[in-house]
Amino acid sequence: MTSFSARLLTCGNRRLWTGLAVGALVFLVLVPVLNLAVPVDSALHLPNYMVTLLGKYLCYALLALAMDLVWGYCGVLSLGHGAFFALGGYAIGMYMMRAIGSRGVYGNADLPDFMVFLNWQELPWYWFGFSQPWFALLMVVVIPGALAFVFGWLAFRSRITGVYLSIITQAMTYALMLAFFRNEMGFGGNNGLTDFKDIFGFDLALPSTKMGLYLASAVVLGLAFLLARFIVTSKLGRVMMAVRDAESRVRFLGYSPTAIKLFVFTLSAMLAGVAGALYVPQVGIINPSEFSPANSIEIAIWVAVGGRGTLIGAILGAFAVNGAKTWLTGAAPELWLFLLGALFIIVTLGMPKGLIGLWAQSKARLFRRSAVTEEKEARHA
Amino acid sequence: MLKLVLALVALLVCSPAYADDFAGAVRALNADSFSDKLTAADTLAALGDGRAAAVFEAMADGRLYATADGTILIEQSGSYRDAVSGATVAASDAAAITVNNRLRGALRAAAGQLGLLNSDPVIRQQAAESMLATPNPDAADTVRKALAAETVPAIKALLSQAVARLDLADSDPAHRLSAIAQLAASSDPQVRGLLQPLADGDSDPQVKAAAQKAVSSIENRLGLIGIGVNIFQGISLGSVLLLAAIGLAVTFGVMGVINMAHGEMIMLGAYSTFVVQEAVRALLPPDYFGLYLVIAVPVAFVVTFAVGVLLERTVIRFLYGRPLETMLATWGISLMLQQLVRSLFGASNREVANPAWMTGGIELIGGFTLTYNRVVIILFCLAVLLALAAVLRWSRFGLFMRAVTQNRPMASAMGIPTGRIDAATFGLGSGIAGIAGVALSQIGNVSPNLGQGYIVDSFMVVVFGGVGSLWGTLVGALSLGLVNKLLEPYAGAMLGKILVLVAIILFIQKRPRGLFALKGRSVEG
Amino acid sequence: MLDDAMPTIDMPAGPGVLAAGSILYLDGVTVSFDGFRALNSLSLVLAPGELRTIVGPNGAGKTTMMDVITGKTRPDKGDVLFDQNIDLTRLDESAIATLGIGRKFQKPTVFEHLSVFENLELALKTNRSTLATLFFRLSGQQAEQIAATLQRVGLADKARQQAGSLSHGQKQWLEIGMLLMQDQRLLLLDEPVAGMTDAETEATAELILDLARDKTRSLVVVEHDMEFVRALGAKVTVLHEGSVLAEGSLDAVQANPKVVEVYLGR
Repeated sequence: MTSFSARLLTCGNRRLWTGLAVGALVFLVLVPVLNLAVPVDSALHLPNYMVTLLGKYLCYALLALAMDLVWGYCGVLSLGHGAFFALGGYAIGMYMMRAIGSRGVYGNADLPDFMVFLNWQELPWYWFGFSQPWFALLMVVVIPGALAFVFGWLAFRSRITGVYLSIITQAMTYALMLAFFRNEMGFGGNNGLTDFKDIFGFDLALPSTKMGLYLASAVVLGLAFLLARFIVTSKLGRVMMAVRDAESRVRFLGYSPTAIKLFVFTLSAMLAGVAGALYVPQVGIINPSEFSPANSIEIAIWVAVGGRGTLIGAILGAFAVNGAKTWLTGAAPELWLFLLGALFIIVTLGMPKGLIGLWAQSKARLFRRSAVTEEKEARHA
Repeated sequence: MLKLVLALVALLVCSPAYADDFAGAVRALNADSFSDKLTAADTLAALGDGRAAAVFEAMADGRLYATADGTILIEQSGSYRDAVSGATVAASDAAAITVNNRLRGALRAAAGQLGLLNSDPVIRQQAAESMLATPNPDAADTVRKALAAETVPAIKALLSQAVARLDLADSDPAHRLSAIAQLAASSDPQVRGLLQPLADGDSDPQVKAAAQKAVSSIENRLGLIGIGVNIFQGISLGSVLLLAAIGLAVTFGVMGVINMAHGEMIMLGAYSTFVVQEAVRALLPPDYFGLYLVIAVPVAFVVTFAVGVLLERTVIRFLYGRPLETMLATWGISLMLQQLVRSLFGASNREVANPAWMTGGIELIGGFTLTYNRVVIILFCLAVLLALAAVLRWSRFGLFMRAVTQNRPMASAMGIPTGRIDAATFGLGSGIAGIAGVALSQIGNVSPNLGQGYIVDSFMVVVFGGVGSLWGTLVGALSLGLVNKLLEPYAGAMLGKILVLVAIILFIQKRPRGLFALKGRSVEG
Repeated sequence: MLDDAMPTIDMPAGPGVLAAGSILYLDGVTVSFDGFRALNSLSLVLAPGELRTIVGPNGAGKTTMMDVITGKTRPDKGDVLFDQNIDLTRLDESAIATLGIGRKFQKPTVFEHLSVFENLELALKTNRSTLATLFFRLSGQQAEQIAATLQRVGLADKARQQAGSLSHGQKQWLEIGMLLMQDQRLLLLDEPVAGMTDAETEATAELILDLARDKTRSLVVVEHDMEFVRALGAKVTVLHEGSVLAEGSLDAVQANPKVVEVYLGR
C-alpha cells in the first residue's frame, strides 16, 4: 500500500496538483466562507439552498466520473448506472429510516412508518443491520458492487458488447424500478424512503449538517478523482483504452477484456453507489423513479457534454448540464426537454470530444494563429 | 296484427276460469295490512298467470292504484289501464297501493318467476338467467311448468339447469343425484359453488361421491378455460409487443440502427389517429365515424414515414458505424418529440374512441369474452407482418434494401442509390411504428409518454428473437407475451414482468444473438 | 502457473502420440458457417523451430485456420494441439496468447489512440492479471527492451507518435514489433507484407528469416506474394477449399499439376 500512495503522489504532474488545489480552494474554502462568514444581507452571501444545490452537483459529478471510467475509458456504455446510484441511496436511506426510531408518525420503534401502514408485523430480514451506520456504509459499496459484479460477469463472459450491453443494462434498471415500485419488496414502494430525521446523530434540518454533507461530497469527489486518475494513467488505463478501441486485439495480446471490464464496471458501480449515498441525505428522499432508464441515459449525456475519456470533462459536464437544468426548469420548463434533446444530438454529431475537446481545439487554433502572425511579423521585419 | 296474435296466445294459455281467479286475486292485493297483501301476492303468483308479472312490477314500483270500487289499475307514464282487462281508463279517484321493502322484494321475485311464462323470449331468457343465479325453492313449480312449455333451446337449457339446481336442495337423494348428473357438464364457477356443499358433507354417501366427482370435473374444465383465457391474453399481449417491435426489427435488424425514438414514432402514430378522429368527427356525418380508424392507418404511416426519413437524413446518417452515439442521439430526438407533442396537445391523455365495430365481443363459455378490439389487433398485427415480409421478399425496394445491407459498396457500384434506400428503410421502420400506434391507441391511453412504455419491451423482443429475423421477432413477441400472461396468475403482473426481464437477461448470456441468430463469419465482428 | 490448468490430451494411442515432437498439430479440423465449409478436415503438423509458408487462393481457409489456432473460432470437429498435448479447442484467445502463440492480423490492428511506445508496452511479456497491470511499473530493463524493438522495426523516431497516424506499412511493422515484445513460441503472420513497398517487403523477409534463424520459435506465414515466399525459402503448404492440396518446397508445389489447375485452371 505504501507503494500505492507513493504512486498516487507521483502519478500526476504539476498541472494536476494546481488544478486540484484550485478546486479544493473553491469548494472547500470559498463556498463555506461565502455561506457562513459573509453576512446574510451581503450580495456575496451564498444562501443555504445553494450549498445543498452545489452538494447535489458534486454527487452528480461523482456519478459522471464513475460513468466516464466505464464508458469513456473502457467503451462500455452502461445505461443502468442510475440503478447503482439508487441502490447506494437506498442503502443509506434504510439506515436513516432506522435512525428515525420511534419518532415516526406511528411511533413504532421497530418498524418504519410505511411497514406499519402496510400492517407488517416484523422487520424483513434484509433490513437487519441497517440500524448500524458502519453496516449501511459498507452496503453502500457492497450492494451496487455485488450487483455489478454478477451482472458484469454474466454479460462480459458471454461477450455481450456495444448496444446489446447497453440494452440489457437498461432492462436491468427497468426491472429494478418495477421491483422497487412493489410494496411487497419492503422498500416503501411508490413513495420510497423519506422523512429522515438525522444521519450519524446529526440533525438533517440543521444548516451545519447540510454544510457537512456538502463538504463530504466535495472531499469524496476529490478522492475519487485521484483514484480514477491513478487508474487511467496506469498501464491498466492504457489496456482499458485498448479494450475500448479494439477489444479482440487485446485478447490476442493475452489480456482478458472480461476481467478488465468486470473490474472497471464493478469499481464504477461502487463509486456510483457512494454518489447515491451522498445524494440522498441532501435531497431527503429516495424513490423508485431514480431507477428509471431516462435517468441513466442522462448520465451519459453529462459525460458526453463534458468530454468523455477525460476525467475533468466528466465533472465539468455534470456541472454544466445540471446547472442548465436547474436554471431552465425554473425559467422556461417546457424548453428544458428541447434543450436536453438537442444536447444529445449536438454532442454526438458535432462535438464528439465535448467541451474539453472544444477547449483544446480553440486553444490549438489560437496557438496556430499566433504562430502564423508571428511568422508573418518576422517576415515583415 | 301482432296484438291479435298475442291475444290468441293468451287465450290458449289461460282458461276462462283461470281468468276469474286472476281477477279475484288481483283485487285481493288491495288489502289493509302488508301481511295480507303478501298472502294475496302469493295466491296470485301461485296461479302462474303471465299477466301477473306486470301487476307485480307495477306494485313494487308504486304504480299500482285502486279505485274506490276496488278496481285495480296500472299506471304507466301518466295513463291508467285496468290490471285485469288491460283497458285504458280515466282514474281521478284512484289511490296508490302502498308497499314496504319486504313486500317489494317478494313482489320482484314473483315477477321474476312469472317472467318465465312471458310470451316475449327475451324476457323469458332474462328471467331464466336470474332464476339460475338466485334459485328460489318456492318457484320450483313455476320453473318446471316453464320448462315443460319452453320451446327455445337456449332458454330450455337454462331452465333445466335451474331445475337441477333446485333439485340439489331436494330432500330425496335420487333427485339430488340426477341433478348432480345434469350439472356436472357445466363450466360455471357458480355451479361449482352450488355443488361444493354437497361434496363437502351430504348426508347420503352416494350423493356426496357424485358431487365430488362433478366438482372436480367442473374444476378441470374451469382450469382448461383459465389456460385458454391466459393463452388468448398472452397472444393478445404478444401481438401488441409484436406491433411495437416489427418496426424496430427493420431499423435495428436490417440497418443496425438503435432507434431510441422508436417509441415516439408509435406515439406519433397514436396522435395521428387522434387528429384523424377529430377531423372525421367534425367533417363527416356521425354514421361514418367508424371509418376514422381505416383512414388513420395510412395517415399515421405517412406522417411517421416522413418523420423517419427526415431524421435519417438530418441526424442518423451521420452516425452510421457509431451505434452507441446513434443510441444517444435518437434518445435526444425522443425527448424532443415528446416535448413537442406535449406542447401541441397538452400533457394529459387524449381520448381515442373505439369505433362501434370494434366494441363488444364474442362471448364464449365460462363467462369469458373475446373482445373485438383485441381480436382485430391480433389480425391486424399478422397482416402488417405478412405485408412487411412480402415487401422485403418480393418488392424491388426490398431487394435493394437487402443488397445495401449486405454489401454497401457493391450495391452502390451497381447504381443503387444507397442514401435513398437508407432513408426509405428507416422511414419504413418508423412508418410501421406509426401503424402500431394506431392499433395501440385502441387499447391504451394516448399521451406524450405512450412510447416510453414500449421501448424496453420492444428491444427485448428483438434481442430475444434474434436481430435481423422477422420470424424471430414473431416468435419472440408471442413467447414473451405468453410467458408474461401465464406467469401472471402465479406471480402477479409486476413480478411476472420482472421475472421475464431477468429471464431474458440470463437468456442473452447463453444466446447473445437471440433465438434465431444469423451464423457466420460476417457477424463475428 | 498456467500449466496446471491447461486441458491436455494424453491418451496412449490418441492424437497425443501422433503429435509427439510437434509444436502445432492439426488433424481433421472442420469448420462450417451456414453450410459453407471453411475448413474441410484440415491436417497440418509444424515442428518446433520450423518456418512454414502457407499459400492458397481466396477462400481457401487460411484465415479461418488462424482463427481456429488462436481460439477465435471453435472447430466443429478435429484436434488442435499445441506443444504436443495442449488442447487449443478448449481455450479462449487470451489463454492461448498467454500460452505462447502470437498473431499478426491480415489488416494491421494496432491501438490507434495509444502511442507507438505504449502499443509495445502493452505487448510486453508481463503478468496479464488486472491488478498486476494496475500496479505495473516499467523497469529500466524493460524500457531498454522496448527501445531495442523500436530500433528493430524502424520506429525509434516515432515512439511518442499516435499509432493511428502511422502509414500502412509502419502499422504492419508496429504489429510485428508487438509480436516480438510478446516473446512467443509460435508466431502466426497473416499477409505481413500486404501493402508494403518492395524495399519494405525485402526488409520484412530479412526480419522473418532473422527470427527463424535461432530455431527458438516457430513461424507460420500466410502470403500471396510469390516473390516473398521464394525469399523465405521455407516449406510451402497449399490450401484449397479448406484442406491441404500439396506440401513441399516452392518449386515442387509449383510443379504439382493439381496446384497448377487450382491457380490457372477454370
